[in-house]
Amino acid sequence: MKRQKVTRGYRIFQVVNAVVLTGVVVVTLYPFLNIVARSFSDQANVVAGKVNLLPKGFNLNAYEEVLSDSLFWTNYRNTLFYTFTATVIAIVLTTCYAYVLSKPQLKGRGILVGVAVFTMFFSGGLIPNYILVTSLGLKNSVWAIALPNAISVFNLLVMKAFFESLPSELEEAASVDGLSTYGILWRIVLPLSKAIVATMVLFYAVSFWNSWFSAFLYMDKQELWPVTVYLRNLIAGATSTAFGGNAVTEGAEALQVGATVKAVAIVLTTLPILLVYPFIQRYFVSGVMLGAVKG
Amino acid sequence: MSTPTVNAPPPGAVRPEPEVRAATRRVKPPKLTWRRALRRDWQLYSLAILPLVFFLIFRYLPMLGNIIAFRRFQPGGSVFGEYWVGLRYVKMFLNDPTFWEVFTNTLILGGLTLMICFPLPIVLALLLNEVRTRYLKRFVQSVSYLPHFLSIVIVAGMVMQILSVDGIANQAVRAFGGDPVSFLQEAGWFRTIYVSSEAWQTVGWGTILYLAALTTIDEDLYEAARIDGASRWRQTWHVTLPGIRPTMVTLLILNIGTFMAVGFEKVLLLYNPLTYPTADVISTYLYRVGIVSGNFSYAAAIGLFEALIGLTLVLSANFISKRTVGASLW
Repeated sequence: MKRQKVTRGYRIFQVVNAVVLTGVVVVTLYPFLNIVARSFSDQANVVAGKVNLLPKGFNLNAYEEVLSDSLFWTNYRNTLFYTFTATVIAIVLTTCYAYVLSKPQLKGRGILVGVAVFTMFFSGGLIPNYILVTSLGLKNSVWAIALPNAISVFNLLVMKAFFESLPSELEEAASVDGLSTYGILWRIVLPLSKAIVATMVLFYAVSFWNSWFSAFLYMDKQELWPVTVYLRNLIAGATSTAFGGNAVTEGAEALQVGATVKAVAIVLTTLPILLVYPFIQRYFVSGVMLGAVKG
Repeated sequence: MSTPTVNAPPPGAVRPEPEVRAATRRVKPPKLTWRRALRRDWQLYSLAILPLVFFLIFRYLPMLGNIIAFRRFQPGGSVFGEYWVGLRYVKMFLNDPTFWEVFTNTLILGGLTLMICFPLPIVLALLLNEVRTRYLKRFVQSVSYLPHFLSIVIVAGMVMQILSVDGIANQAVRAFGGDPVSFLQEAGWFRTIYVSSEAWQTVGWGTILYLAALTTIDEDLYEAARIDGASRWRQTWHVTLPGIRPTMVTLLILNIGTFMAVGFEKVLLLYNPLTYPTADVISTYLYRVGIVSGNFSYAAAIGLFEALIGLTLVLSANFISKRTVGASLW
């Protein structure tokens, strides 16, 4: 994009722009670096407020403390298990429904789309959902996490938009050759849709990996928690803010003991996301844009 | 990549449209009866069964479950309550001073979030759009998207670490000679903390759609503007901004739709009784009333009220934008 000759004003703008964007990068990364530095520092320096971007009094005690906590590992395993189960269910249901919705000749398609889209703007709310999940007996099981969130309407619309963009001739040819609808979906459509399925898997997996509230609400035993709830309870300290505890009456001593441990827990839960981030980012971007085109 | 479709075919509207299309696509009798449609497409319909069961049970049943807002509910009893009590719970929250406090807080917090977190991605996208070095632009984008991928628990944890008495915020305060502030314990700070952490997490990711829309603007328009002697500033004002207007309107409507639901999880993670005066919002209040204290009916009444306001907001925003700028969600 070549535009007009570079004026003085524009040159000033470019400098300002560079400064602003650098600021954005710094502000985004600073908290990460600070938490990492805290996690490697010794307690005394952290409590004295001396740790900024570099660790002070480098040591791995806090890491040892967290990594030797068997609950941490149990909860991490739970996160993996919940994420896997919930993602599989979500992908199957979303793919089936999106495929159905992508067929323009289907009678009643408008109603089927409407059933899904309406839930984007109106929902039953926390209390009825809680009563429902409890009375279905789903508490303390993976189903409490997986089933109520099985279809995200946004993801559904993204996938529907993708299926609609596939040329219909292929499917028509396959149907002439005697393939059933299931056969067409399984053997023609899905092999062509690997990219979108991968994107959907990532969308769902990241959201289930990050979720905590369903588990917080429905898991009564600590050995059933995902790691996000483990982290939540750690950072909330002994007193629970959510249940109206009073953080001030908590001894300053007790709060400080956890300072580096909290940082370590944050680092260790962020790490998997950071590791896969460079590889998944572009799928996310393309997925969001696909959703926007037709959304 | 085009911008979100303006006047897109209604996704939700129930219309006889599929029939019409079916008739034109396939040379079939003009009227497709349900019986014939079922016979022809039963396999497709069968694929929709499980998803429909999901929507029915986990989306529409809870909507019906809101009936307990008007009925006496007993834990362990019927999901739909025991007997009618009319508007008792509605009257109860209308006369509850705490309700009005959290209602006001919700409006303020939602309004501030909308005012800050809606325009910032537009500004950032415009700035990014002016970066000519490809890899630099890529780098800034990648970095700014990152917080979007983090769990809200991690974000809250970071906020608490940064704002703790020994955190970097207080290091800065001390460097300027001030006394350490326990930010999270002071009601006066909560809104600032909430909105800025929200901006930190969402602004980068929010630029994606705008950047996509920016690439679709016709280069000829800039050319024409230049020939007319428009400065860069005027080009931005008269070409770029109108070019991304449909995207802005769509996202604004969607933002307004989630206005009432202001980051329930984040507030729940960040607030404490000391900050209730500014931090407690409708959703956290009904959580405490309902789940923690067990007043399900009362909480359901509040929740229903909140959901209805949300629905009204989105419908009216959509209606207004359709009338004034001709862009709408459906």
